[in-house]
Amino acid sequence: MISAIKRFFNTFLLIDLLKGMAVTGRHLFARKITIQYPDERTPQSPRFRGLHAQRRYANGEERCIACKLCEAVCPAMAITIESAQRADGSRRTTRYDIDLTKCIFCGFCEEACPVDAIVETRIFEYHGERRVDLYYTKAMLLAVGDRHEAQIAADRAADAKYR
Amino acid sequence: MPLITIDDQQIEVAAGSSVMDAARVAGIYIPHFCYHKKLSIAASCRMCLVEVEKAPKPLPACATPVTDGMIVRSHSTKAVEAQKGVMEFLLINHPLDCPICDQGGECQLQDIAVGYGGGASRYAEAKRVVRDKDLGPLIATDMTRCIHCSRCVRFGQEIAGIMELGMPGRGEHTEVMPFLEHHVSSELSGNVIDLCPVGALTSRPFRFSARSWELARRKGVSPHDGLGSNLALQVKDNRVLRVTPVENEAINECWLADRDRFSYQALDSDERLTRPMVKDGGRWVEVDWLKAMAFAAGALKVIRDTHGAEAIGFIASPRQTVEELYLFQKLARALGCESIDSRIGQADFSGRRAGVEWLGMALADLNDLDRVLLVGSTVRKEQPLIAQRLRQAVKKGAQMNVVHCADDDLLCRVANKLIARPSELVGALAQVAKAVGAKIDGLDTVVVSEAAQAMAASLKSGEKKAVLLGAVAQQLPAASELHALADAIAKATGATLGFLVAAANGVGGGVVGCRPGQGGANAAAMFAAPKKAYVVLGAEPELDAADSAAAHRALAGAGLVIALSPFKTASADYGQVMLPVAAYAESAGSYVNMEGRLQSWRAAVPPRGDARPAWKVLRVLGNQFGLTGFDQDSAEQVLAEALPDGEATVRAKLNNEIADLTLAHLSAAAGIERLGDTPIYQTDAYSRRAPALQATADGQTGHAALACGALIARLGLSEGKPVKVRQNDAEAVFNLLRDDRLPDNVVRLASGLAAAVHLGPRFGPISLEKM
Repeated sequence: MISAIKRFFNTFLLIDLLKGMAVTGRHLFARKITIQYPDERTPQSPRFRGLHAQRRYANGEERCIACKLCEAVCPAMAITIESAQRADGSRRTTRYDIDLTKCIFCGFCEEACPVDAIVETRIFEYHGERRVDLYYTKAMLLAVGDRHEAQIAADRAADAKYR
Repeated sequence: MPLITIDDQQIEVAAGSSVMDAARVAGIYIPHFCYHKKLSIAASCRMCLVEVEKAPKPLPACATPVTDGMIVRSHSTKAVEAQKGVMEFLLINHPLDCPICDQGGECQLQDIAVGYGGGASRYAEAKRVVRDKDLGPLIATDMTRCIHCSRCVRFGQEIAGIMELGMPGRGEHTEVMPFLEHHVSSELSGNVIDLCPVGALTSRPFRFSARSWELARRKGVSPHDGLGSNLALQVKDNRVLRVTPVENEAINECWLADRDRFSYQALDSDERLTRPMVKDGGRWVEVDWLKAMAFAAGALKVIRDTHGAEAIGFIASPRQTVEELYLFQKLARALGCESIDSRIGQADFSGRRAGVEWLGMALADLNDLDRVLLVGSTVRKEQPLIAQRLRQAVKKGAQMNVVHCADDDLLCRVANKLIARPSELVGALAQVAKAVGAKIDGLDTVVVSEAAQAMAASLKSGEKKAVLLGAVAQQLPAASELHALADAIAKATGATLGFLVAAANGVGGGVVGCRPGQGGANAAAMFAAPKKAYVVLGAEPELDAADSAAAHRALAGAGLVIALSPFKTASADYGQVMLPVAAYAESAGSYVNMEGRLQSWRAAVPPRGDARPAWKVLRVLGNQFGLTGFDQDSAEQVLAEALPDGEATVRAKLNNEIADLTLAHLSAAAGIERLGDTPIYQTDAYSRRAPALQATADGQTGHAALACGALIARLGLSEGKPVKVRQNDAEAVFNLLRDDRLPDNVVRLASGLAAAVHLGPRFGPISLEKM
């Protein structure tokens, strides 16, 4: 009985409508969280998992040693590696491909890597117009690493104490 | 028998066995590195420490003999503490380079470290670093990883028979190293790769090409010697990347010869034939299968219609499968031709053989022999794993008697030996026959030497005895006489006569009838009296035949040569049709090994390019002629047709007896003669095309002419210099090297090599001239 009376007054006096209007009103004057992408950007964590890159040491030597742990751990089977002995006797990849159409960006590959060779960068704005554009080869991955090494190194340093 | 208790399990084990043996019987795993069931006990790794009641300290399970009432705890706190302590010590100097180590993923140290290793090391000092050693083209080394289990050292001493690796130094300065750099030349050396529990010794041809978890393991049988060793072909992306043994106590135990292990490289050879090819106006043209088959059948038909079916010779390699050889002879016979043979290396076919030659016993029985007479065989270079079995027999007290053309080191104690020139070998064996009182005609004039007398005395004593005929004894121009003599000796002494059948399917070829029929020519006659056309299955006759020059002449002069081969062989020069067939890991098939055991397998990888399994090619060739009985759908169907009762069919045909033979070669030929045995890595198309095998010391043998010092001095030649070798009308230039293991007037000049093709038969008069 009481609830029926309550419902009658709520309906009659437009209480629910006013409540909704209040929320709208509050947000009308609050600080906006919408950003004007691409003019504005949200902040990124150093652990951001975006486009992959292959890193080099300071002397220009590629880090990857073809241990294939990333290939083994990859849950999407996105990584394909072939390895061989290089002329100097070291163990190197002759092929290192990541199919980004398969990749789920879980970050297991960089966690498995014993030499920090495969990393995920902050880059998320890339596209391909054909499927093959998203099939990244070793040369492409190394090029990404070369372009962004400063940022990659800074991110690893920032995260180092938690690893 | 002592009754002991391990981890609350009571078991009774044979007296004298160790706690480790008992644990294995009980199915309890005790971690270990240096212990190996086929090797002696070193107790050097200490990983197998277990708690034994009433013993004050933990004891190594591998070196502790069981006693009655012993109570052992392998997983008690005390035992596990001890094992963890050992593990910590082992890891002090072991580098943490698992990511670049080829053993990673199949490493005993890695596996046991997961169970017994700490999460972090307490050892902060510098780790030991050891310089890598050069162990030749087959074995890669990373000696810093070595944990000094000494398995490789013990393998050399006990199984391979030659201690090429040693462990000098003490404590931290201990290093496993070869006594001579580059000098691991044992034909069984690859087994140390399997034995090494860490990544110190790994496969060099395989190096860094894949991880163990990426490889699919498929069963296969080795196509080389007559053993039929069981292989695990390790495959990635439809390529065989390495080969490891599959344990089979009856055949290869847990070992593999290097030839079986590394010949897979030939599957990726540049010389692979991948498209059917037909010679058109003197030039090779790639054609499709239909055209090639139609051309081949049409050309054969023309020869048959104009010259008769016997103008065609059918020659097959004894390393082809039972199915292929069966269809091969079926096709030939359906065409009306009886000139079929797979005994391509044999020169002497005289005498009446009762059946197909075989070992005469089971391979495993070789270990238990008391007396052995080995005729014409450097067995360790022909059948490395049989040599290993004989070595174990000699170690147990067997007496090894050798009649051979060269005093080659067999790496076991030889009781008596008779070293004679190839032409004297019949005479030498006749001495032994006379001394044992063998019942064979023609021995009246034979004078028995002291060595033959001693040999006879040896053969008359003992329980289990065997007379074994090796490759040279089977290939000599007087091979049948040796066969008859060996048969007589075996009968007189109660020994078993055995043939060390050189090829993987040498027995199978005979069983399925790949032999000339009434009016047909055998392998030697086919080349001595050339045919108008040849169909060659898998063989390289100019390298494999007893008389390479005659074979080459006959093939080059024939109007039509159809070669079914996985490789572009010399048939590219003399052939008219080349049909690519699957290599040994690429098609299903079966072999009958020298003990009469039938082993079948399925294809491990698809054939390269357009190649097809040879049995399918032969079947379609049969269809091209419109013949009936060529409609099998699978290799199993062909096998069921070839051997209806399987092994029983095989056994019924095995017999080593020979009759209707007179001894005509009792006196030696005058002058210098050739000893043309085939080097270990030149025996077949696969080993010839395996670069790693060719790079070994054994792969290099045969590229020079060898003679003893006395002969070199008498001819006024100098060792290390090139000489002109003349045989029949042909001549060639070879480097002359000295080998005092050879008797006088013998020049060892290997067969099976391209350089020696034009010289002529493996055995016969030869002359050396100064350049």
